[in-house]
Amino acid sequence: MPNGEIQKLIITEETAKIRPYAVAAVLRNIKFTKDRYDSFIELQEKLHQNICRKRALVAIGTHDLDTLSGPFTYTAKRPSDIKFKPLNKTKEYTACELMNIYKTDNHLKHYLHIIENKPLYPVIYDSNGVVLSMPPIINGNHTKITVNTRNVFIECTGTDFTKAKIVLDIIVTMFSEYCENQFTVEAAEVVFPNGKSSTFPELAYRKEMVRADLINKKVGIRETPENIAKLLTRMYLKSEVIGDGNQIEIEIPPTRADVIHACDIVEDAAIAYGYNNIQMALPKTYTIANQFPLNKLTELLRYDMAAAGFTEALTFALCSQEDIADKLGLDISATNAVHISNPKTAEFQVARTTLLPGLLKTIAANRKMPLPLKLFEISDIVIKDSSRDVGARNYRHLCAVYYNKNPGFEIIHGLLDRIMQLLDVPPGEKKRGYVIKASEGPAFFPGRCAEVFARGQSIGKLGVLHPDVITKFELNMPCSTLEINIEPFL
Amino acid sequence: MPTDNFIESSFWNFDALFQPQQHPARDQHDTFFLKDPAEALQLPTDYVHRVKRVHSHGGYGSQGYKYNWKLDEARKNLLRTHTTAASARALYRLAQKKPFTPAKYFSIDRVFRNETLDATHLAEFHQIEGVVADHGLTLGHLMGVLREFFTKLGITQLRFKPAYNPYTEPSMEVFSYHQGLKKWVEVGNSGLFRPEMLLPMGLPENVSVIAWGLSLERPTMIKYNINNIRELVGHKVNLQMVYDSPLCRLDAEQGSPQTQETT
Repeated sequence: MPNGEIQKLIITEETAKIRPYAVAAVLRNIKFTKDRYDSFIELQEKLHQNICRKRALVAIGTHDLDTLSGPFTYTAKRPSDIKFKPLNKTKEYTACELMNIYKTDNHLKHYLHIIENKPLYPVIYDSNGVVLSMPPIINGNHTKITVNTRNVFIECTGTDFTKAKIVLDIIVTMFSEYCENQFTVEAAEVVFPNGKSSTFPELAYRKEMVRADLINKKVGIRETPENIAKLLTRMYLKSEVIGDGNQIEIEIPPTRADVIHACDIVEDAAIAYGYNNIQMALPKTYTIANQFPLNKLTELLRYDMAAAGFTEALTFALCSQEDIADKLGLDISATNAVHISNPKTAEFQVARTTLLPGLLKTIAANRKMPLPLKLFEISDIVIKDSSRDVGARNYRHLCAVYYNKNPGFEIIHGLLDRIMQLLDVPPGEKKRGYVIKASEGPAFFPGRCAEVFARGQSIGKLGVLHPDVITKFELNMPCSTLEINIEPFL
Repeated sequence: MPTDNFIESSFWNFDALFQPQQHPARDQHDTFFLKDPAEALQLPTDYVHRVKRVHSHGGYGSQGYKYNWKLDEARKNLLRTHTTAASARALYRLAQKKPFTPAKYFSIDRVFRNETLDATHLAEFHQIEGVVADHGLTLGHLMGVLREFFTKLGITQLRFKPAYNPYTEPSMEVFSYHQGLKKWVEVGNSGLFRPEMLLPMGLPENVSVIAWGLSLERPTMIKYNINNIRELVGHKVNLQMVYDSPLCRLDAEQGSPQTQETT
C-alpha cells in the first residue's frame, strides 16, 4: 500500500449516456524492460480486439502516474470543449479536429464510430486538468508510458461493467509480477455518480465444488479424486479433496473469468489428462434411423433426373434483385422475396425465389461446352411467409433447363411427364392427377407457356423462355425450362 | 433433422446456444442480417425467459455472462450461420417429449457467412452436423463416435485437440494425417453442449449431448485436389468435371480401414 491515500477516480453523471462504467488500479514500482513494455502494449491490443469487442465494450488506458496528480475525473463533454495533445502528436487539438485527423489513421479509424455522432465525448482529467485519455479513441501524450515508467495508473472504461472489471483483473494479474512488491496491486477507489464508491481491482477468487465422479463421468476416465485435484491444480485451478473424499474444492482465480460452470472445470481436467489418452467408447443405446421425408424424396428424384440425361448443378441461394425480378420481367415487389440488409455487393441482395437464374448463370459460365446443355437442380428457394415463426420459409423446388439450337419444349414436357410418373401422379384432372393448362408469364415466350396443376394445386410452370430473358442472362440460344414445387408430393 | 429454413432468428442461431449478444460473430461482418423480414414474429415465451435468465444472471449451475440480455437483439432475423441452429430446435423439441428418449440426429445443409471471400471461402457453404443425446455420454463416447464416423469417410489416424466454441465445453478439434499433403489437417469440430444451453430447454440434468460438425466443401476440395471453391459450388462450376467424375466410393479406397462391424 502507498504512503498516503489510494488514487481516486470520480465518475460524473454525464458519462451515463455514452460510456457509463469505469474501473481503475495502480501498478506501483514496476520495472519495465523493452520486452515487458512491448508485451504490456500487446496485451492491451489483444484484449481490445477480443473481450473488449474492438473497444466498443471496454477500452483500456494506461498512464505514467508520476506525470499526474489525482484525484481523477471521468466525465463527458462536448467535443468542441475537449482539447489536448494526443499520444505521439506535437500540438493540441480539439476532439472535433481529432475525429477528422483519425479518419485516415488505419489503426484508429475503426473506433471512431463508437462515439462519433454522440453529443458528448468521454474524457478523463487529473486534478490539474491534464487529459489522461478520450476513451475509446486515444490517450494524451502527457501520460505516455515508457520503458522508464515506474508507476502505472490503469483505467478501463466501457459499456459492460462485468467485462471492464475482468479486463482490469487480467492486466494487473499479468503484470504485477514486475512490480517491486511482486504480485501486489495497489487498489484505486472509484466514486460513482450516485455518491457510492468501490475499490478496484476486485480480484475476486471464487470457490466451486465439483464431485470427482462427475468429472470422471463426463470425461470417460477413472481417476481418483486426489489425481483429479492434481490435474486441475496443474491447470492453475488450485484444488483439493475435501469432505467425504469425493468432493473437490476448486479455487478459481480472477484470471479465469472463462470458468463459469462446472463444465469449464471438466474441460480443464480433460485437457490436463490429455484428450488423446482418453479411451474411446461407443454409445450403447440403439436408435432407429429415419430420413427426413423431404430429403429422401429429393435424393430419389435426383438420381432419376440424372438418368433422364440431365446434369445436376449446385447454385447460390443468394443473388441480386435483378436475377429474380428484372431479368425475368418481374417487379421485385411482386416476388415476395427476403431482402438482406447491408449487402456488400449486389450478389447478396436477396435470397432466391426461383432456381432458374442459378441454372441460367451456370449455362452462361459454361458456354464453351457442347450442346445441348441439360441442367437441373432440386433445392430450396425462400419466400416471405408470416405464418412462420421467423416470417419466411423454404420451398423445395425442382428446376430443369434445356439449352440448345432448338428450344426443346417437348423434351422439358417429356421430363415433366416422367417426373409425374416417378411420383405416381397419373395424368388427368382427377384429384390425385396432374394436368397442364396454357398460361403466360413475363419470362416466357407468348403461347409457349403452361402451368402445371397437380393434386388440386398449381405447382409451377414450364415453357420456352422469352428472348429477353435469354439476352439478360448473357445467353444466345433458345431455352426451355420447368420449375415445380415438389412439397405437395410428400 | 429438418433444416429446410435458411432464415433463422438470432434467438435460435445464437441465444439458445448460449452465445452472448455481444459476441463478435454477431457483428454485421460475419452474419447476414435481414432487412425484410427484419424480425422474428414468434418466439417460445417461457423458454425465452429461461434463456434470458441464464445469459444475464446465470442459474443451472452457471455464473452466466452478467450482461443485459435484450429481446430485440434476439428477434433479429438472419441467414443461419450454422446448422447448429437447427440442432437447437431439434433438441428443444426432444426436450418437450416426456419421458426422455435418447436420440441420434444428423443434418447436411447450407449455411451463410458474411466474411471475406477468397479462393477457398464463399458466402454460402454446407455443413454436416451430428448430434447424440443420451444419459451418461462422455468425451470418450464422442471420440468413439468420431472415429467410426470418419472411418466411414475413409479418414483415419485421428488426433484430438482442445478448442473453444461458445456452446460446447469440453470442445475438441479433430485432426487427421493427410498422406498427400504430409501434414495434419483439421477435419472437424466437436464437443459436449453446455448445460446452459441444454437445461433451459428442459432436458434432464444427467442427459449429455455430444455433437460434431464439419464442412462439405473443404474435405471435397482436398480429396479431389480442387484449389478454387468456385469450380465446385456455384454457377462457375466446371461442368466438364461434373461430367467426368467417377463414383465417390469412400469405402473402396485402397487400404480401406475396417469399422467395428467388419473386423
